[in-house]
Amino acid sequence: MTADVPPPLADAPHMRDWIAISSEGNVTFLSGRVELGQGSSTALLMMAADELGVSADAITLETARTDRTPNEGLTAGSMSITFGGAALRWAASALLVQMLDAASERLGCAPQELRAECGEILRNDASTGLNLLDFVSAADLSCRVADLARPKDAGERWKTFRDIPRMDLKERMVGTPFVHDMTAPDMLHGAPVHPPSMQSALVSLDLESLKARPDVVDVVHDGSFVGVVADTPLAAARAAEWAQKRGTWETKLVEASDPVEFIASSMADAETIVDTGNVNRNIGQWYETTVTRPYIFHGSIGPAAAVALWEGDEATVWTHSQGVFQLRKAISMALKLEEKRIRAIHCPGAGCYGHNGADDVAFDAVLMARAVPGRQVKVVWSRRDEFHAAPMGAAMATNIRALLGPDNNLTAFDVMVNSAPHTNRPGAGGTPNLRAAAYLANPIQPARSTDVPLARGGGASRNAVPTYKAGDVRVQRRLVHDLPYRSSSLRSLGAFNNVIAIESLMDDIALDIGVPPLDFRLQHIDDQRSRDVLERIDAETRRVREVPLPEGAGWGLGFARYKGTGGYCAVMVRVEVDGDVRVTDAFAVADVGEAVSPDGVRNQIEGGMLQSISWTLKEAVPVGGTSTTAGSWADYPILQFSEAPRLSIALIERADALPLGAGEISQGPTGAAVCNAVRAALGIRVRNLPITRDAIIAAVNE
Amino acid sequence: MSELQEVSCRVNGKKRAFVVDPTIPLLHVLREILDLKATRFGCGEGTCGACTVMVDGQAVMSCDLPAGGVDGRRIETAEGLDGDPPHPLVAAFLEHQAGQCGYCLPGILMAAKALLEGEPAPPSRARIAEALDGNLCRCGAHARILDAVEDAAKHMIRGPLA
Repeated sequence: MTADVPPPLADAPHMRDWIAISSEGNVTFLSGRVELGQGSSTALLMMAADELGVSADAITLETARTDRTPNEGLTAGSMSITFGGAALRWAASALLVQMLDAASERLGCAPQELRAECGEILRNDASTGLNLLDFVSAADLSCRVADLARPKDAGERWKTFRDIPRMDLKERMVGTPFVHDMTAPDMLHGAPVHPPSMQSALVSLDLESLKARPDVVDVVHDGSFVGVVADTPLAAARAAEWAQKRGTWETKLVEASDPVEFIASSMADAETIVDTGNVNRNIGQWYETTVTRPYIFHGSIGPAAAVALWEGDEATVWTHSQGVFQLRKAISMALKLEEKRIRAIHCPGAGCYGHNGADDVAFDAVLMARAVPGRQVKVVWSRRDEFHAAPMGAAMATNIRALLGPDNNLTAFDVMVNSAPHTNRPGAGGTPNLRAAAYLANPIQPARSTDVPLARGGGASRNAVPTYKAGDVRVQRRLVHDLPYRSSSLRSLGAFNNVIAIESLMDDIALDIGVPPLDFRLQHIDDQRSRDVLERIDAETRRVREVPLPEGAGWGLGFARYKGTGGYCAVMVRVEVDGDVRVTDAFAVADVGEAVSPDGVRNQIEGGMLQSISWTLKEAVPVGGTSTTAGSWADYPILQFSEAPRLSIALIERADALPLGAGEISQGPTGAAVCNAVRAALGIRVRNLPITRDAIIAAVNE
Repeated sequence: MSELQEVSCRVNGKKRAFVVDPTIPLLHVLREILDLKATRFGCGEGTCGACTVMVDGQAVMSCDLPAGGVDGRRIETAEGLDGDPPHPLVAAFLEHQAGQCGYCLPGILMAAKALLEGEPAPPSRARIAEALDGNLCRCGAHARILDAVEDAAKHMIRGPLA
């Protein structure tokens, strides 16, 4: 039996928090986790259905709305399955116990003789002809989950079905599931006229002329917030564009400088995260590297969108936020309106890779809808808004030094991470942290980010603590706040850059002393699951690595255990460099504990790898003055189909281990593998990402 | 704003007529006037492919195509791929679970359909990739999407016998 009560049950202990039963007896499970396009809702439904012993289509799942589901915080950090899924399993188990108790009375037997499979109740494994869900009326949802639940052991799971395809995929291809697609008979459409940054004040804009633009219904003006409400999305967008060109804003001039250089050279106060002893020793040889990455866009294909409605003094907002409860709290702070007067309902958006513009656009919509009570207002940001107004992934510089003892064993790691903050979430630090809230007539500037503490996986410091054995380890971080650009959580946070830095150095040392990079890693790992993943990637790729390489081609390895506590992932890639770097083949081996949906896990790993290849080879947000200068995709190329490598993913399945989440485990190892493959191909270490043609030339000239 | 114009065309086989400013994008007509919202808005400037539809068999981005230009033409959108059974491309995408958020998929499906309907034999993976280069996918479903289109090609095109 699973011993520990899942943490989400602490704040939502009752069965009614997790389960709703309709008057017709239909069972709906309630989850505070949102579907971000990663397939989590399918996996969560699978876990509840499996625990009951019914097929996945026998029950339904409802997710993330402040008036109905438990508050499970943010859907972030690859914890939906580990914690959210476990809570649903426990709730389902409690319900099963109640139903089987009722069935045992009917059958005149002990409940221990009963179990359910394929929706049928079995007695000592023999058919009873009774349907489990016919006993749903016996449920008493006022009971506490933990008092009843006896969740299944690994060996008892997955008897009714194993993996199922995504429930929502077809609708996403040919239907209209997105918040962008919502309709209402008298819906209006809004478009914000964003100031260049959260600190810029509106100086002048002819609001009367703006209101007279075609099909404009109203113009909302509050401080420096301007929103156009119109009859059609096109009219709103065109009017906002008109205003954007004619308005003037006051911005604090910032001296032009390269933000990455600024961050890398920061001497801000360093905070020690880990310190196990004196790393400043001199017996042996020090090796050192510094890896930098620029600001990175979320770059979702669909821009941020929301629908809002005011009725009296109550607001409803449909949003693709990662946290509907946090959004509600943030709106409540910004408008000084009681939380109970705000309802936030999750509705799918395009791919979400972290704290994007979803919350900001939701607040934009709330502000605009307030001017037209009783009518829904849909706001879809423009592509320019998406690039200019949404938070970005933080630029950072990771310096790592390692001391190699005379016996070729590492004896010390000294890591210094300089980084812009990796979190500026809504509601953080007691401030709304919604874009428009910073420039309303009664503005609330966001509190200074304290980044994510290591106990929650760390932000800048995520994966900065090497998982390799070394005598002493010191890890420090410097949060750099002095740049005007807005950064927050982007998939894997600091892990991407930190893993690349650590793995680059491991390769550099191994090659310097003539030890195969994989062997050098194994030499510094005791943990068996880490060793298994590395040994398996070696075996999976051995045959293809024996094929002779052409000039300018090479293989590279990257490995990490995400956050030091999550999933294990090893990646090997083959690159060909002909001016530009092209990844031709990529292999991954992962251990995420119990893979609830093995295909879903593979899909997440593949996606993480391809996104990481795109970051590593192509992406850098161009900045100037106080904001980005990218207005369109032409200014920010990402990986295209003809640049995508062949992929092969292998899972080491551990049915009896805690499921660990898969969405963020492959980015660091993939980036590291690409960097190491480029070094293998060219004999040159490129330390400043992305590895473009220019970056290679710069590295040659270093 | 230009003078209103009556535009008639076929959309997914059905005759449709509407009176619009001929300079507005076809995407707006599809989503807001005809209520065919499976075609997505991504950038509004023809750089991401999310709004790809077929016009007279060719893949085009509908976000910067003036509606006046489709008078008398044949338009196909992702809605036309739904059915029982669904179009072989949809079936192949489901089989391969080729997608994550799926926002880019309607455009990719239409770009793939235009490619495959114009090919005498199943195209190579490289040729499919090249044909999809105008369509961006951010979740990283590229490999599965290419697998799915390759598979669908086998069902849609009877190539020369080996």
